[in-house]
Amino acid sequence: MSNDTPSRGHQRRIPSRPPLVIVLLAGLGLLFFVLPLIGLLFETPWTELPALLTSDIVLDALRLSLIASVLATVVSAAIGIPIAYVLARVDFRAKAVVRGVVLLPLVLPPVVGGAALLFALGRRGMVGEPLYEATGIVLPFSMAGVVLAATFVAMPFVVLTVEGALRNIDQRYEGAAASLGARPWTILRRVTLPMIAPSVFSGVALAWARAFGEFGATITFAGNIQGRTQTMPLAVFVALESDRAAATALSIVMIVVALVVLVALRDRWWRAS
Amino acid sequence: MAILADRPPNVAVTWSHMPRLTTIQLSKGLVVLVVLASALGACTRSGDSDRLIVSAASSLAGAFGEMATAYEKEHPGVEIDLNIGGSQRLRQQIIEGAPVDVFASANMGAMDGVVRSGEAVGPPAVFALNSLVIGVPAGNPAGVFTLADFADASLLVGICAEQVPCGSYALESFALAGVVPSIDSLEPDVGALVLKLELGELDAGVVYRTDAQRSGARFDSVDIPDEHNVVAPYPIVGLTDGPSVEDFIDFVLSERGRAILEANGFDLP
Repeated sequence: MSNDTPSRGHQRRIPSRPPLVIVLLAGLGLLFFVLPLIGLLFETPWTELPALLTSDIVLDALRLSLIASVLATVVSAAIGIPIAYVLARVDFRAKAVVRGVVLLPLVLPPVVGGAALLFALGRRGMVGEPLYEATGIVLPFSMAGVVLAATFVAMPFVVLTVEGALRNIDQRYEGAAASLGARPWTILRRVTLPMIAPSVFSGVALAWARAFGEFGATITFAGNIQGRTQTMPLAVFVALESDRAAATALSIVMIVVALVVLVALRDRWWRAS
Repeated sequence: MAILADRPPNVAVTWSHMPRLTTIQLSKGLVVLVVLASALGACTRSGDSDRLIVSAASSLAGAFGEMATAYEKEHPGVEIDLNIGGSQRLRQQIIEGAPVDVFASANMGAMDGVVRSGEAVGPPAVFALNSLVIGVPAGNPAGVFTLADFADASLLVGICAEQVPCGSYALESFALAGVVPSIDSLEPDVGALVLKLELGELDAGVVYRTDAQRSGARFDSVDIPDEHNVVAPYPIVGLTDGPSVEDFIDFVLSERGRAILEANGFDLP
């Protein structure tokens, strides 16, 4: 895996002219992202915006979305990084299957994911029922359910990114640390994680973005009630049915929050690398 | 430490180990994409058969599925494409210019919106009536028997969101019964609500009588007395001119159509 040339870390930008096809395709791609955004901006009732944005529904949904997406990101990192580590560094037989299962939420329609979570963790689910009988805890229709649903769809991004990074770093550094007497945990903390930090951050950022925008699994598993399980995407969806002004206002909030977070993260973490 | 010296430890994963695509490969890819896209386009537009797109409310899914099959059998060469969804969303699609020929709504509100937008051809006709029941998981484990039980905060109960007909009807019904329900989930459509009742995740919900009478329904129902119940009229309208549009609507209103609706638990106007 460690076939990198020593100079790669200091790679210099060579000011080259990109092929015309690439530039054209990139422009076309950009248009594809920008057009819907413009459509949304056109639909936005700017004069009513302040009143809409300070309504209870929006504030409740925004608060819930921020808390749930951050919690889901923390859980995704706490569990996703170990999964990535095992997939990258431990040899075992059913690895391809395990990796497939972990990445399944990427291709599964989120509504199906939500239903699957209900079958397993619902009040009458395989694991959910014994849990409910023993502790009285009901995961669906609760904030915990929102976090679970978001974690389910977001964690694969952490696993995917971190596993890739672990496979690409030069393991001689870890070997050197070990030969100098460092314990595995110390090596992980002081050598491995710092080396893959940029990838961990991008994985975490992707996971957060996915969690923040999560809709299908949430509404299926956690239901929809203002202040308890109604996140921003759910509020947008429900509002779209009746009150388009509110729906576009909510979407604008989501876009602004997401852009601010992702751009800020980028500046902070990617520039350093 | 010598081996460490020549390289900073934080080497990010870059795209540089990705295979580089040449212009030729890219253009080949593009050609394939274009061919695929036009093939797809050809598929959707092929054939001379008359094709009707019918937007029908979620609660009509079963009845209109049978309706379409029966109509196609009687009229070889005509194909019915069903677009099933919440009435409000279907209304929205139509107003935004979706190419729909017939709209069958679960309430008058969504239909009024379509008529006001000028998309409808002719006045809508009410072809079916529905009402509400309390849906409970099989065996009614939580023992929910009246709308008043929905006020019990210790039960997990759900209705449709106010924005969809089944939700606004449910709220109307609660108002008639003088009950302030303690709702745990406002589901986006009646199908989502039914799923949670079937799985036993909700102790009770307010659903259409037709949902409970549907063959294969895996949940039980409790009647809501008439004085607390609502009558939900289902209007249908044509959105394009044409003999088959009119003919399909006549079929829905005919004895054949009425028999299908009745078999699916609807009342008839």
